[in-house]
Amino acid sequence: MIELKNISKSFGSKAILENISAGFEKGKTNLVIGGSGSGKTVLMKCMVGLLEVNSGEVFFDGRNFSSLSFKERKPFRQEIGMVFQGGALFDSLNVERNVMFPLSMFTDMTDAEKRDRANDCLKRVNLINVTKLFPSELSGGMKKRVAIARAISPTPKYLFFDEPNSGLDPQTAILIDNLIKEITEEYQTTTVINTHDMNSVLEIGDKIIFLHEGKKWWEGSNREITASNNNELKNFIFASKILRELMEKN
Amino acid sequence: MNYFFHLGRYWQFLRLLINKPEKFSIYLKLFFREMDAVGFSSLGIVAITSIFMGAVITIQTVYNLVNPLVPLWAVGVVTRDSIIIEFSPTMISLVLAGKVGSSIASEIGTMRVTEQIDALEIMGINSSGYLVLPKLFAAVLIFPFIVIISMFLGIAGGWVAGDLSGVISSAEFIRGAQDSFVPFNVTFAMIKTVTFGFLIVTISAYQGFYTTGGALEVGQSSTKAVVFSSIMILVFDYILTQLILA
Repeated sequence: MIELKNISKSFGSKAILENISAGFEKGKTNLVIGGSGSGKTVLMKCMVGLLEVNSGEVFFDGRNFSSLSFKERKPFRQEIGMVFQGGALFDSLNVERNVMFPLSMFTDMTDAEKRDRANDCLKRVNLINVTKLFPSELSGGMKKRVAIARAISPTPKYLFFDEPNSGLDPQTAILIDNLIKEITEEYQTTTVINTHDMNSVLEIGDKIIFLHEGKKWWEGSNREITASNNNELKNFIFASKILRELMEKN
Repeated sequence: MNYFFHLGRYWQFLRLLINKPEKFSIYLKLFFREMDAVGFSSLGIVAITSIFMGAVITIQTVYNLVNPLVPLWAVGVVTRDSIIIEFSPTMISLVLAGKVGSSIASEIGTMRVTEQIDALEIMGINSSGYLVLPKLFAAVLIFPFIVIISMFLGIAGGWVAGDLSGVISSAEFIRGAQDSFVPFNVTFAMIKTVTFGFLIVTISAYQGFYTTGGALEVGQSSTKAVVFSSIMILVFDYILTQLILA
Protein backbone atom coordinates (compact mmCIF):
# COMPACT_ATOMS: atom_id res chain seq x y z
CA MET A 1 0.00 0.00 0.00
CA ILE A 2 1.29 3.44 -0.93
CA GLU A 3 -0.29 6.50 0.63
CA LEU A 4 0.16 10.11 -0.42
CA LYS A 5 -0.71 12.79 2.11
CA ASN A 6 -1.11 16.39 0.93
CA ILE A 7 1.68 16.31 -1.64
CA SER A 8 2.62 19.71 -3.06
CA LYS A 9 5.44 20.45 -5.44
CA SER A 10 6.44 23.59 -7.25
CA PHE A 11 9.31 24.66 -9.48
CA GLY A 12 10.16 28.24 -8.56
CA SER A 13 6.88 30.10 -8.33
CA LYS A 14 5.05 27.62 -10.57
CA ALA A 15 2.93 25.13 -8.64
CA ILE A 16 2.93 21.72 -10.33
CA LEU A 17 1.14 19.65 -7.69
CA GLU A 18 -1.28 21.00 -5.11
CA ASN A 19 -2.30 19.08 -2.04
CA ILE A 20 -2.60 15.62 -3.57
CA SER A 21 -3.76 12.79 -1.30
CA ALA A 22 -4.40 9.27 -2.50
CA GLY A 23 -3.97 5.60 -1.61
CA PHE A 24 -2.71 2.84 -3.92
CA GLU A 25 -3.47 -0.73 -2.95
CA LYS A 26 -1.35 -3.87 -3.10
CA GLY A 27 -2.05 -6.39 -5.87
CA LYS A 28 -4.01 -3.82 -7.89
CA THR A 29 -3.18 -1.71 -10.92
CA ASN A 30 -3.47 1.90 -9.80
CA LEU A 31 -3.63 4.46 -12.58
CA VAL A 32 -2.79 8.14 -12.49
CA ILE A 33 -4.38 9.76 -15.52
CA GLY A 34 -4.44 13.28 -16.88
CA GLY A 35 -3.45 15.31 -19.90
CA SER A 36 0.09 16.31 -20.81
CA GLY A 37 1.43 18.76 -18.23
CA SER A 38 -1.11 17.75 -15.58
CA GLY A 39 1.68 16.72 -13.17
CA LYS A 40 1.57 12.92 -13.49
CA THR A 41 5.30 12.40 -14.04
CA VAL A 42 6.22 14.91 -11.32
CA LEU A 43 3.89 13.08 -8.91
CA MET A 44 5.51 9.76 -9.75
CA LYS A 45 9.02 11.21 -9.37
CA CYS A 46 7.99 12.61 -5.97
CA MET A 47 6.66 9.20 -4.93
CA VAL A 48 9.92 7.41 -5.77
CA GLY A 49 12.13 10.18 -4.38
CA LEU A 50 13.64 11.41 -7.65
CA LEU A 51 12.15 14.79 -6.76
CA GLU A 52 11.73 16.18 -3.26
CA VAL A 53 8.24 17.31 -2.29
CA ASN A 54 7.72 20.86 -0.97
CA SER A 55 5.20 19.58 1.53
CA GLY A 56 3.33 16.38 2.25
CA GLU A 57 4.34 12.80 2.91
CA VAL A 58 4.66 9.52 1.03
CA PHE A 59 4.11 6.29 2.98
CA PHE A 60 5.15 2.85 1.74
CA ASP A 61 3.30 0.28 3.86
CA GLY A 62 3.20 2.76 6.73
CA ARG A 63 6.87 3.77 6.41
CA ASN A 64 7.35 7.48 5.84
CA PHE A 65 9.61 7.59 2.76
CA SER A 66 9.74 11.38 2.47
CA SER A 67 11.28 11.82 5.92
CA LEU A 68 14.23 9.52 5.16
CA SER A 69 17.71 10.78 4.30
CA PHE A 70 19.52 9.87 1.05
CA LYS A 71 21.40 7.04 2.81
CA GLU A 72 18.33 5.75 4.65
CA ARG A 73 16.43 5.55 1.36
CA LYS A 74 19.05 3.33 -0.25
CA PRO A 75 17.82 -0.07 1.03
CA PHE A 76 14.25 1.13 0.58
CA ARG A 77 14.84 1.83 -3.10
CA GLN A 78 15.77 -1.78 -3.68
CA GLU A 79 12.11 -2.62 -3.05
CA ILE A 80 11.08 -0.29 -5.88
CA GLY A 81 11.04 -1.10 -9.59
CA MET A 82 10.35 1.54 -12.19
CA VAL A 83 9.77 1.40 -15.92
CA PHE A 84 10.47 4.70 -17.61
CA GLN A 85 8.72 6.13 -20.65
CA GLY A 86 11.58 5.31 -23.01
CA GLY A 87 12.65 2.16 -21.15
CA ALA A 88 15.88 3.76 -19.85
CA LEU A 89 17.88 0.62 -20.67
CA PHE A 90 21.63 0.94 -20.29
CA ASP A 91 23.04 1.37 -23.79
CA SER A 92 26.38 -0.24 -22.97
CA LEU A 93 24.83 -3.49 -21.70
CA ASN A 94 23.06 -6.19 -23.68
CA VAL A 95 19.53 -7.30 -22.81
CA GLU A 96 20.66 -10.06 -20.45
CA ARG A 97 23.14 -7.78 -18.66
CA ASN A 98 20.48 -5.07 -18.33
CA VAL A 99 18.13 -7.49 -16.58
CA MET A 100 20.95 -8.91 -14.46
CA PHE A 101 22.14 -5.43 -13.46
CA PRO A 102 20.12 -4.92 -10.22
CA LEU A 103 21.01 -8.47 -9.16
CA SER A 104 24.72 -7.84 -9.81
CA MET A 105 24.65 -4.67 -7.75
CA PHE A 106 22.73 -5.87 -4.72
CA THR A 107 22.86 -9.65 -4.42
CA ASP A 108 25.56 -12.24 -3.93
CA MET A 109 24.07 -14.54 -6.59
CA THR A 110 26.52 -16.35 -8.85
CA ASP A 111 26.68 -15.44 -12.53
CA ALA A 112 24.76 -18.60 -13.43
CA GLU A 113 22.01 -17.83 -10.90
CA LYS A 114 21.72 -14.26 -12.14
CA ARG A 115 21.56 -15.45 -15.75
CA ASP A 116 18.82 -17.96 -14.86
CA ARG A 117 16.81 -15.29 -13.07
CA ALA A 118 17.25 -12.85 -15.98
CA ASN A 119 16.11 -15.48 -18.48
CA ASP A 120 13.09 -16.31 -16.30
CA CYS A 121 12.12 -12.64 -16.22
CA LEU A 122 12.61 -12.30 -19.97
CA LYS A 123 10.44 -15.37 -20.54
CA ARG A 124 7.83 -13.84 -18.24
CA VAL A 125 7.60 -10.82 -20.55
CA ASN A 126 7.51 -13.10 -23.61
CA LEU A 127 10.99 -12.29 -24.83
CA ILE A 128 13.27 -15.07 -25.97
CA ASN A 129 16.36 -15.15 -28.19
CA VAL A 130 17.13 -11.48 -27.59
CA THR A 131 19.50 -11.85 -24.65
CA LYS A 132 22.61 -10.87 -26.60
CA LEU A 133 21.04 -7.91 -28.40
CA PHE A 134 21.78 -4.34 -27.35
CA PRO A 135 19.01 -1.77 -26.64
CA SER A 136 19.69 0.01 -29.95
CA GLU A 137 18.74 -3.20 -31.78
CA LEU A 138 15.32 -3.52 -30.11
CA SER A 139 11.90 -2.19 -31.13
CA GLY A 140 9.97 0.17 -28.82
CA GLY A 141 7.75 -2.63 -27.50
CA MET A 142 10.71 -4.91 -26.88
CA LYS A 143 12.53 -2.15 -24.99
CA LYS A 144 9.50 -1.71 -22.72
CA ARG A 145 9.34 -5.45 -22.07
CA VAL A 146 13.06 -5.63 -21.27
CA ALA A 147 12.59 -2.67 -18.92
CA ILE A 148 9.73 -4.54 -17.22
CA ALA A 149 11.93 -7.65 -16.93
CA ARG A 150 14.69 -5.53 -15.36
CA ALA A 151 12.22 -3.93 -12.94
CA ILE A 152 10.85 -7.29 -11.74
CA SER A 153 14.18 -9.16 -11.59
CA PRO A 154 14.89 -8.24 -7.94
CA THR A 155 11.22 -9.03 -7.04
CA PRO A 156 10.23 -5.54 -5.92
CA LYS A 157 7.27 -4.76 -3.68
CA TYR A 158 6.38 -1.59 -5.54
CA LEU A 159 6.25 -1.11 -9.30
CA PHE A 160 5.97 2.21 -11.12
CA PHE A 161 5.30 2.65 -14.82
CA ASP A 162 5.60 6.03 -16.51
CA GLU A 163 3.43 6.01 -19.63
CA PRO A 164 4.20 2.40 -20.56
CA ASN A 165 2.13 2.56 -23.76
CA SER A 166 3.40 5.77 -25.27
CA GLY A 167 4.74 5.31 -28.77
CA LEU A 168 3.43 1.75 -29.11
CA ASP A 169 0.92 0.36 -31.60
CA PRO A 170 -2.50 -0.59 -30.11
CA GLN A 171 -1.80 -4.34 -30.11
CA THR A 172 1.56 -4.00 -28.37
CA ALA A 173 0.00 -1.53 -25.94
CA ILE A 174 -2.65 -4.10 -24.98
CA LEU A 175 0.08 -6.74 -24.60
CA ILE A 176 2.01 -4.47 -22.22
CA ASP A 177 -1.17 -3.65 -20.26
CA ASN A 178 -2.03 -7.32 -19.82
CA LEU A 179 1.54 -8.07 -18.80
CA ILE A 180 1.48 -5.36 -16.12
CA LYS A 181 -1.85 -6.65 -14.81
CA GLU A 182 -0.60 -10.25 -14.69
CA ILE A 183 2.68 -9.33 -12.99
CA THR A 184 0.86 -7.19 -10.40
CA GLU A 185 -1.43 -10.06 -9.48
CA GLU A 186 1.27 -12.73 -9.63
CA TYR A 187 3.90 -10.85 -7.57
CA GLN A 188 1.30 -8.99 -5.44
CA THR A 189 3.05 -5.70 -6.04
CA THR A 190 1.64 -2.25 -5.43
CA THR A 191 1.61 -0.97 -8.99
CA VAL A 192 1.22 2.66 -10.01
CA ILE A 193 0.90 3.55 -13.70
CA ASN A 194 0.96 6.98 -15.29
CA THR A 195 -1.03 6.95 -18.50
CA HIS A 196 -3.29 8.89 -20.81
CA ASP A 197 -4.15 5.82 -22.83
CA MET A 198 -7.91 5.33 -22.59
CA ASN A 199 -7.67 1.65 -23.43
CA SER A 200 -5.46 1.09 -20.37
CA VAL A 201 -7.86 3.13 -18.25
CA LEU A 202 -10.82 1.01 -19.22
CA GLU A 203 -9.03 -2.35 -19.28
CA ILE A 204 -6.74 -2.40 -16.25
CA GLY A 205 -7.73 0.58 -14.07
CA ASP A 206 -8.56 -1.08 -10.73
CA LYS A 207 -8.10 2.30 -9.12
CA ILE A 208 -7.83 5.58 -11.00
CA ILE A 209 -7.01 9.11 -9.95
CA PHE A 210 -7.45 11.94 -12.41
CA LEU A 211 -5.10 14.93 -12.29
CA HIS A 212 -5.85 18.24 -13.91
CA GLU A 213 -3.65 21.33 -13.56
CA GLY A 214 -1.78 19.73 -10.67
CA LYS A 215 -4.90 18.93 -8.62
CA LYS A 216 -6.76 15.70 -8.02
CA TRP A 217 -10.17 16.07 -9.64
CA TRP A 218 -11.57 12.58 -9.44
CA GLU A 219 -10.91 9.17 -7.91
CA GLY A 220 -12.62 5.85 -8.69
CA SER A 221 -12.36 2.68 -10.78
CA ASN A 222 -12.67 1.84 -14.48
CA ARG A 223 -16.26 0.78 -13.89
CA GLU A 224 -17.21 4.18 -12.52
CA ILE A 225 -15.21 6.43 -14.81
CA THR A 226 -17.56 6.63 -17.80
CA ALA A 227 -20.50 7.43 -15.53
CA SER A 228 -18.71 10.30 -13.81
CA ASN A 229 -20.27 13.76 -13.99
CA ASN A 230 -16.95 15.52 -13.55
CA ASN A 231 -16.72 17.84 -16.55
CA GLU A 232 -12.93 17.97 -16.69
CA LEU A 233 -12.75 14.17 -16.57
CA LYS A 234 -15.44 13.87 -19.27
CA ASN A 235 -13.52 16.27 -21.51
CA PHE A 236 -10.42 14.17 -20.98
CA ILE A 237 -12.00 10.76 -21.59
CA PHE A 238 -14.25 11.78 -24.44
CA ALA A 239 -11.78 14.05 -26.21
CA SER A 240 -12.54 12.11 -29.38
CA LYS A 241 -15.73 13.27 -31.14
CA ILE A 242 -16.48 9.74 -32.38
CA LEU A 243 -16.22 8.33 -28.86
CA ARG A 244 -18.46 11.10 -27.49
CA GLU A 245 -21.14 10.39 -30.13
CA LEU A 246 -20.96 6.67 -29.45
CA MET A 247 -21.44 7.26 -25.71
CA GLU A 248 -24.36 9.60 -26.32
CA LYS A 249 -26.05 6.97 -28.51
CA ASN A 250 -25.67 4.36 -25.79
CA MET B 1 26.20 34.85 -9.65
CA ASN B 2 25.82 32.03 -12.13
CA TYR B 3 29.50 31.12 -11.72
CA PHE B 4 29.07 30.84 -7.92
CA PHE B 5 26.03 28.60 -8.46
CA HIS B 6 28.04 26.26 -10.70
CA LEU B 7 31.03 26.34 -8.36
CA GLY B 8 28.80 25.35 -5.41
CA ARG B 9 27.05 22.63 -7.37
CA TYR B 10 30.37 21.32 -8.70
CA TRP B 11 31.63 21.08 -5.11
CA GLN B 12 28.49 19.20 -4.05
CA PHE B 13 28.93 16.91 -7.06
CA LEU B 14 32.49 16.10 -5.93
CA ARG B 15 31.21 15.31 -2.43
CA LEU B 16 28.64 12.90 -3.91
CA LEU B 17 31.48 10.97 -5.55
CA ILE B 18 32.97 10.13 -2.19
CA ASN B 19 30.65 7.34 -1.16
CA LYS B 20 31.24 3.69 -0.45
CA PRO B 21 30.80 1.74 -3.71
CA GLU B 22 27.72 -0.50 -3.74
CA LYS B 23 29.82 -3.39 -5.00
CA PHE B 24 33.58 -3.08 -5.28
CA SER B 25 33.94 -5.83 -7.92
CA ILE B 26 31.57 -3.98 -10.29
CA TYR B 27 33.51 -0.73 -9.87
CA LEU B 28 36.76 -2.60 -10.51
CA LYS B 29 35.41 -4.00 -13.79
CA LEU B 30 34.29 -0.52 -14.82
CA PHE B 31 37.69 0.87 -13.86
CA PHE B 32 39.48 -1.50 -16.25
CA ARG B 33 37.00 -0.71 -19.03
CA GLU B 34 37.54 3.01 -18.47
CA MET B 35 41.32 2.56 -18.55
CA ASP B 36 40.85 1.56 -22.15
CA ALA B 37 38.20 4.18 -22.93
CA VAL B 38 39.99 7.19 -21.43
CA GLY B 39 43.55 6.00 -21.86
CA PHE B 40 44.62 3.45 -24.43
CA SER B 41 42.13 4.59 -27.05
CA SER B 42 43.77 8.04 -26.97
CA LEU B 43 47.29 6.77 -27.69
CA GLY B 44 47.00 7.32 -31.45
CA ILE B 45 46.18 11.00 -31.31
CA VAL B 46 48.67 11.51 -28.46
CA ALA B 47 51.44 9.90 -30.52
CA ILE B 48 50.76 12.01 -33.62
CA THR B 49 50.48 15.23 -31.59
CA SER B 50 53.68 14.50 -29.63
CA ILE B 51 55.86 13.62 -32.62
CA PHE B 52 54.90 16.75 -34.57
CA MET B 53 55.08 18.90 -31.45
CA GLY B 54 58.68 17.76 -30.83
CA ALA B 55 59.59 18.25 -34.49
CA VAL B 56 58.23 21.80 -34.57
CA ILE B 57 59.91 22.76 -31.27
CA THR B 58 63.32 21.57 -32.56
CA ILE B 59 63.08 23.35 -35.90
CA GLN B 60 61.72 26.58 -34.38
CA THR B 61 64.39 26.59 -31.68
CA VAL B 62 67.14 26.22 -34.27
CA TYR B 63 65.51 28.98 -36.33
CA ASN B 64 65.44 31.34 -33.34
CA LEU B 65 68.94 30.48 -32.13
CA VAL B 66 70.86 33.41 -33.57
CA ASN B 67 73.43 33.95 -30.82
CA PRO B 68 76.72 32.36 -31.93
CA LEU B 69 77.77 31.98 -28.26
CA VAL B 70 75.00 29.46 -27.63
CA PRO B 71 76.06 26.03 -28.91
CA LEU B 72 73.75 24.20 -31.30
CA TRP B 73 73.42 21.22 -28.96
CA ALA B 74 71.43 23.51 -26.61
CA VAL B 75 68.53 22.86 -28.98
CA GLY B 76 68.37 19.34 -27.52
CA VAL B 77 68.18 20.78 -23.98
CA VAL B 78 65.45 23.25 -24.95
CA THR B 79 63.41 20.62 -26.80
CA ARG B 80 63.67 18.12 -23.95
CA ASP B 81 62.78 20.59 -21.19
CA SER B 82 59.99 22.30 -23.15
CA ILE B 83 58.41 18.95 -23.84
CA ILE B 84 58.81 17.57 -20.32
CA ILE B 85 57.83 20.67 -18.37
CA GLU B 86 55.15 22.19 -20.56
CA PHE B 87 54.22 20.70 -23.88
CA SER B 88 53.57 17.08 -22.96
CA PRO B 89 51.57 17.61 -19.76
CA THR B 90 49.67 20.70 -20.90
CA MET B 91 49.22 20.21 -24.64
CA ILE B 92 48.38 16.54 -24.28
CA SER B 93 45.92 17.34 -21.49
CA LEU B 94 44.26 19.88 -23.79
CA VAL B 95 44.05 17.22 -26.49
CA LEU B 96 42.61 14.77 -23.95
CA ALA B 97 40.12 17.40 -22.77
CA GLY B 98 38.86 17.50 -26.35
CA LYS B 99 38.75 13.77 -26.87
CA VAL B 100 38.01 12.27 -23.46
CA GLY B 101 36.15 15.27 -21.95
CA SER B 102 33.63 15.56 -24.76
CA SER B 103 33.10 11.81 -24.74
CA ILE B 104 32.44 11.75 -20.98
CA ALA B 105 30.05 14.72 -21.12
CA SER B 106 28.07 13.35 -24.04
CA GLU B 107 27.91 9.82 -22.57
CA ILE B 108 26.67 10.99 -19.17
CA GLY B 109 24.49 13.72 -20.74
CA THR B 110 22.77 11.17 -22.97
CA MET B 111 22.23 8.91 -19.96
CA ARG B 112 20.64 11.85 -18.15
CA VAL B 113 18.21 12.84 -20.91
CA THR B 114 17.22 9.21 -21.61
CA GLU B 115 16.50 8.71 -17.87
CA GLN B 116 19.22 6.06 -17.45
CA ILE B 117 20.62 8.04 -14.51
CA ASP B 118 17.15 8.15 -12.93
CA ALA B 119 16.97 4.38 -13.44
CA LEU B 120 20.25 3.97 -11.50
CA GLU B 121 19.00 6.19 -8.69
CA ILE B 122 15.68 4.33 -8.45
CA MET B 123 17.67 1.14 -7.89
CA GLY B 124 19.45 2.79 -4.95
CA ILE B 125 22.76 3.28 -6.73
CA ASN B 126 24.85 6.40 -6.16
CA SER B 127 24.72 7.37 -9.83
CA SER B 128 27.48 9.97 -9.74
CA GLY B 129 29.84 7.58 -7.97
CA TYR B 130 28.98 4.70 -10.26
CA LEU B 131 29.40 6.73 -13.44
CA VAL B 132 32.28 9.01 -12.53
CA LEU B 133 34.52 7.33 -9.95
CA PRO B 134 35.86 4.56 -12.26
CA LYS B 135 36.53 7.18 -14.96
CA LEU B 136 38.27 9.44 -12.45
CA PHE B 137 40.56 6.73 -11.06
CA ALA B 138 41.29 5.45 -14.56
CA ALA B 139 42.21 8.93 -15.81
CA VAL B 140 44.33 9.85 -12.80
CA LEU B 141 46.22 6.57 -13.11
CA ILE B 142 46.57 6.29 -16.88
CA PHE B 143 47.17 9.94 -17.88
CA PRO B 144 50.70 10.03 -16.39
CA PHE B 145 51.66 6.97 -18.47
CA ILE B 146 50.24 8.63 -21.59
CA VAL B 147 52.19 11.79 -20.86
CA ILE B 148 55.42 9.83 -20.30
CA ILE B 149 54.90 8.14 -23.68
CA SER B 150 54.23 11.58 -25.14
CA MET B 151 57.53 12.88 -23.69
CA PHE B 152 59.51 10.09 -25.33
CA LEU B 153 57.74 10.50 -28.65
CA GLY B 154 58.06 14.29 -28.54
CA ILE B 155 61.81 14.18 -27.94
CA ALA B 156 62.17 11.43 -30.56
CA GLY B 157 60.13 13.53 -33.01
CA GLY B 158 62.44 16.50 -32.43
CA TRP B 159 65.53 14.36 -32.87
CA VAL B 160 64.31 12.76 -36.13
CA ALA B 161 62.99 16.05 -37.57
CA GLY B 162 66.22 17.88 -36.71
CA ASP B 163 68.31 15.18 -38.33
CA LEU B 164 66.10 14.73 -41.42
CA SER B 165 65.86 18.46 -42.10
CA GLY B 166 69.58 18.87 -41.50
CA VAL B 167 69.21 21.73 -38.99
CA ILE B 168 70.92 19.81 -36.20
CA SER B 169 72.90 16.60 -36.33
CA SER B 170 71.79 13.52 -34.46
CA ALA B 171 74.91 13.56 -32.27
CA GLU B 172 74.44 17.20 -31.23
CA PHE B 173 70.74 16.73 -30.45
CA ILE B 174 71.46 13.66 -28.30
CA ARG B 175 74.26 15.46 -26.48
CA GLY B 176 71.87 18.29 -25.64
CA ALA B 177 69.03 15.95 -24.67
CA GLN B 178 71.36 14.23 -22.15
CA ASP B 179 72.81 17.44 -20.73
CA SER B 180 71.91 18.74 -17.25
CA PHE B 181 68.75 16.68 -16.87
CA VAL B 182 66.66 17.63 -13.80
CA PRO B 183 64.56 14.63 -12.64
CA PHE B 184 62.24 16.92 -10.65
CA ASN B 185 60.92 18.28 -13.95
CA VAL B 186 59.34 14.89 -14.59
CA THR B 187 57.83 14.87 -11.08
CA PHE B 188 56.44 18.36 -11.71
CA ALA B 189 54.97 17.20 -15.02
CA MET B 190 53.31 14.24 -13.30
CA ILE B 191 51.79 16.49 -10.61
CA LYS B 192 50.36 18.65 -13.39
CA THR B 193 49.08 15.67 -15.35
CA VAL B 194 47.26 14.14 -12.37
CA THR B 195 45.66 17.53 -11.59
CA PHE B 196 44.62 18.02 -15.21
CA GLY B 197 43.22 14.48 -15.38
CA PHE B 198 41.13 15.18 -12.29
CA LEU B 199 39.87 18.45 -13.80
CA ILE B 200 39.03 16.94 -17.20
CA VAL B 201 37.00 14.05 -15.78
CA THR B 202 35.16 15.94 -13.02
CA ILE B 203 34.32 19.04 -15.09
CA SER B 204 33.16 16.97 -18.07
CA ALA B 205 31.15 14.60 -15.87
CA TYR B 206 29.60 17.58 -14.08
CA GLN B 207 28.52 19.12 -17.39
CA GLY B 208 27.01 15.81 -18.52
CA PHE B 209 25.38 14.98 -15.19
CA TYR B 210 23.38 18.20 -15.02
CA THR B 211 22.26 18.19 -18.65
CA THR B 212 18.57 18.92 -19.12
CA GLY B 213 16.63 18.73 -22.36
CA GLY B 214 17.54 16.66 -25.38
CA ALA B 215 20.12 16.07 -28.08
CA LEU B 216 20.85 19.78 -28.56
CA GLU B 217 21.63 20.24 -24.86
CA VAL B 218 23.83 17.12 -24.82
CA GLY B 219 25.88 18.72 -27.61
CA GLN B 220 26.06 21.98 -25.67
CA SER B 221 27.19 20.16 -22.53
CA SER B 222 29.89 18.43 -24.51
CA THR B 223 31.15 21.76 -25.88
CA LYS B 224 31.05 23.36 -22.41
CA ALA B 225 32.97 20.39 -21.01
CA VAL B 226 35.82 20.94 -23.48
CA VAL B 227 35.83 24.74 -23.07
CA PHE B 228 35.76 24.77 -19.26
CA SER B 229 38.22 21.87 -18.92
CA SER B 230 40.65 23.65 -21.26
CA ILE B 231 40.34 26.95 -19.42
CA MET B 232 40.83 25.28 -16.04
CA ILE B 233 43.84 23.34 -17.35
CA LEU B 234 45.49 26.64 -18.33
CA VAL B 235 44.53 28.31 -15.02
CA PHE B 236 45.90 25.41 -12.96
CA ASP B 237 48.98 25.23 -15.18
CA TYR B 238 49.78 28.75 -14.08
CA ILE B 239 48.87 28.14 -10.42
CA LEU B 240 50.99 24.96 -10.17
CA THR B 241 53.93 26.56 -11.98
CA GLN B 242 53.76 29.53 -9.62
CA LEU B 243 53.45 27.33 -6.53
CA ILE B 244 56.06 24.71 -7.40
CA LEU B 245 58.63 26.35 -9.65
CA ALA B 246 58.57 30.02 -8.66
